[in-house]
Amino acid sequence: MIDQTSGNRRIEWLWVGILVIVIAIGVIAYLRQLQEGLGITGMNQNVTWGLYIAQFTFLVGIAASAVMLILPYYLHDYKLFGRITLLGEFLAVAAVLMSVTFIIVDLGRPDRAFNVILHASPSSILFWDMIVLTGYLLLNLVIGWTVLEGERKGVPPPGWVKPLIYLSIPWAISIHTVTAFIYAGLPGRSFWLTAIMAPRFLASAFASGPALLVLVCLVLRRYTVFDAGREPLQTLGKIIAYALAASIFFVLMELFTAFYSGIPSLAHHFEYMFVGIEGHATLVPWMWTSAVLAVAALAVLLIPRLRRNEAWLAAACAAVFVSLWIEKGLGLVVTGFIPSPTGEIGTYIPTALEIAITLGVWAGGLLILTLLYRLFVAVKALTEPVAVKGAGEP
Amino acid sequence: MIDTERRRLLKIAGTLILGSMLPIIPCSASSPGRSASAAGAGRWGMVIDPRKCPAGCRDCIDACHAVHNVPHIAGPGNEIRWIRQVPFQNAFPDQGHPYLDAGRRDVPVLALCNHCENPPCVRVCPTKATFRRSDGIVVMDYHRCIGCRFCIAACPYGSRSMNFRDPRPFIRTVNPDYPTRTRGVVEKCNFCEERLAKGMPPACVEACGKRGALLFGDMTDPSSEIRRLMKDRPTIRRRPELGTDPHVFYIVS
Amino acid sequence: MKGRRGGLIAIGIGLAVFLALATYPFWHAAGKAMPVPELDLETPAIRALPARLCVAPTAEMKTRHMQILDEWRTEVVRNGRRTFETPDGRRFDRSLTRTCMQCHSNKERFCDRCHDYAGVKPKCWDCHIVPETPSGEASAAVAGKGTLK
Repeated sequence: MIDQTSGNRRIEWLWVGILVIVIAIGVIAYLRQLQEGLGITGMNQNVTWGLYIAQFTFLVGIAASAVMLILPYYLHDYKLFGRITLLGEFLAVAAVLMSVTFIIVDLGRPDRAFNVILHASPSSILFWDMIVLTGYLLLNLVIGWTVLEGERKGVPPPGWVKPLIYLSIPWAISIHTVTAFIYAGLPGRSFWLTAIMAPRFLASAFASGPALLVLVCLVLRRYTVFDAGREPLQTLGKIIAYALAASIFFVLMELFTAFYSGIPSLAHHFEYMFVGIEGHATLVPWMWTSAVLAVAALAVLLIPRLRRNEAWLAAACAAVFVSLWIEKGLGLVVTGFIPSPTGEIGTYIPTALEIAITLGVWAGGLLILTLLYRLFVAVKALTEPVAVKGAGEP
Repeated sequence: MIDTERRRLLKIAGTLILGSMLPIIPCSASSPGRSASAAGAGRWGMVIDPRKCPAGCRDCIDACHAVHNVPHIAGPGNEIRWIRQVPFQNAFPDQGHPYLDAGRRDVPVLALCNHCENPPCVRVCPTKATFRRSDGIVVMDYHRCIGCRFCIAACPYGSRSMNFRDPRPFIRTVNPDYPTRTRGVVEKCNFCEERLAKGMPPACVEACGKRGALLFGDMTDPSSEIRRLMKDRPTIRRRPELGTDPHVFYIVS
Repeated sequence: MKGRRGGLIAIGIGLAVFLALATYPFWHAAGKAMPVPELDLETPAIRALPARLCVAPTAEMKTRHMQILDEWRTEVVRNGRRTFETPDGRRFDRSLTRTCMQCHSNKERFCDRCHDYAGVKPKCWDCHIVPETPSGEASAAVAGKGTLK
């Protein structure tokens, strides 16, 4: 149906099979965590948030980045994105589901999760995060589904979706802003106590999310009948370049303030990340990898000759994604705890079970994404059977 | 609320009148409650005089841990914190300098929940599992906590701990009168609100006794023992610049 | 057709096995109706009472004891109101371990019996500690005595 070649079909089943196995391992590991508590993770009294919350933070960014497709198409009538906005919306759906799952997985008493609604506490940023994430999930589900249905029937989507689409633009900004507020409003954690936390979050999200979409489009072109075309990917490449430049710029601003002011509580965290404190240097190789990848990717994306070569573009996008995953999905959360407000230099190394649970949630999200994209490709194959390959080409 | 407060204070007053007839609680025991009832409205606070802490003394910590079934989990980063000793430098990161009197610099400082007037932990809690009572005590409702640990991230004093595992196997002697916690909830010092309700002083203060390193009382009552002490002796607080308005005071002279 | 009949037989066997397994609890317990548990109220503390009165009438205690405990918890933990007064003026400390369990000192024969029968698993004792000594004996609240679980 989607692609008649049995080779591609086998690869698809292999992919789904691997995901299911990783999910199963994750579920088994989580059952262990339910029995024994979060003590099976590497978290401790000094570093009380780890991989789970970091993934949550990173994935909220991926979800928000769908706006980088919606906004040019719906506000600037940038037609080339018309065929791939759905990819962004479905990515948002999968990413929100993953981020919410990471929150649940991180709770000490998941059986009491509904207390957040039963005893709603509007002074807590977590309360607002729950509201904006739920709203964003619903918006993208409704928009994505309705638009896809319209495409399948060969009619434009009903008029009532338009306001929802416009609403989803500021809403996307809000989910990552509110997520930044979780960190940026805590008095004792100087690493997070920065007014540019939300802008930083958005900049890194608008680089990492579109980078993932470019890679997804290349995979779909290789293994399915759907081809997003060359130009949309080139435009995404430019968007990633701008967002990545802004993201690097913001980090440099943080470094300036921390080191030129000479305030130890600001500088210590960056020292921990990039050189280590008193022999505690777990993150150092990771952070340097992240820094080198970011700068290298920016160079590739800024040089037109390289960016136009899709192999280079793919390499740059992979580098952006890995770099920003390290920055946000690893460094940002853990470093906020080291050193602690009372000067303890804690340590945090995720355990095998913790990594298994983390991979399980990722695999679950990717499985949902695969199913949604399969629907997307099936509809495209029905509606544009001739023009599918190479459509969008100027 | 006012009614609650009055009833509570009347009860304390009543217990204390009985208590004064049967002087079984030593020295400072009766002072906190009496001053609170005299004031009509209470705001509990504590004064710590680190120089009165004998070297190696852990009486207050042991008393607190025994009364509240605080587990002892070995290993770095595993310590459940109600009241603990931290290096001066860690308690007052902005106050250390090379010329600081060694007697002060090298003496560990007692650190506990500051029962802030403006507690960030309460602000961030998504379920109101931690809240501030009208008498200023910041308490935990262990029945409600979902274990998200937002409060731990918010507390600038490291006064909160997560039960990453079942605490029960790690409790040395069990006090059947006070519950343990389950795994998955956050816990902290409660200024012994369960003892104050019976007109008793906090366990740490009682254990310190005549050494007088720990004093407890009503901040709103100018005639209370701790207010009189604060008149003569300069005190500092931990990280007051953060706007939390901590209510544990440290004597510096 | 042979294949078709074989298929039907297979389905029939499958259905029979499924039904047998799914209904196992019913026929296993057939004729062995679980007796409604008798609650044991004979503890020294209850015998010593001048009148056998709980904090509310028995019928209410039977149906609402969980709500009452819930209200007590909220009153003590969140509102600081520790004393409960019955309509007829008797006063109690709102406490599971210091009030309820002092009379009902036979947890196994009072709480657990009925909870097991009804299949409910209250989480009270994950944190609260069952007083070890029955009421009436002075050592009830001595530190170090009590059991976990």
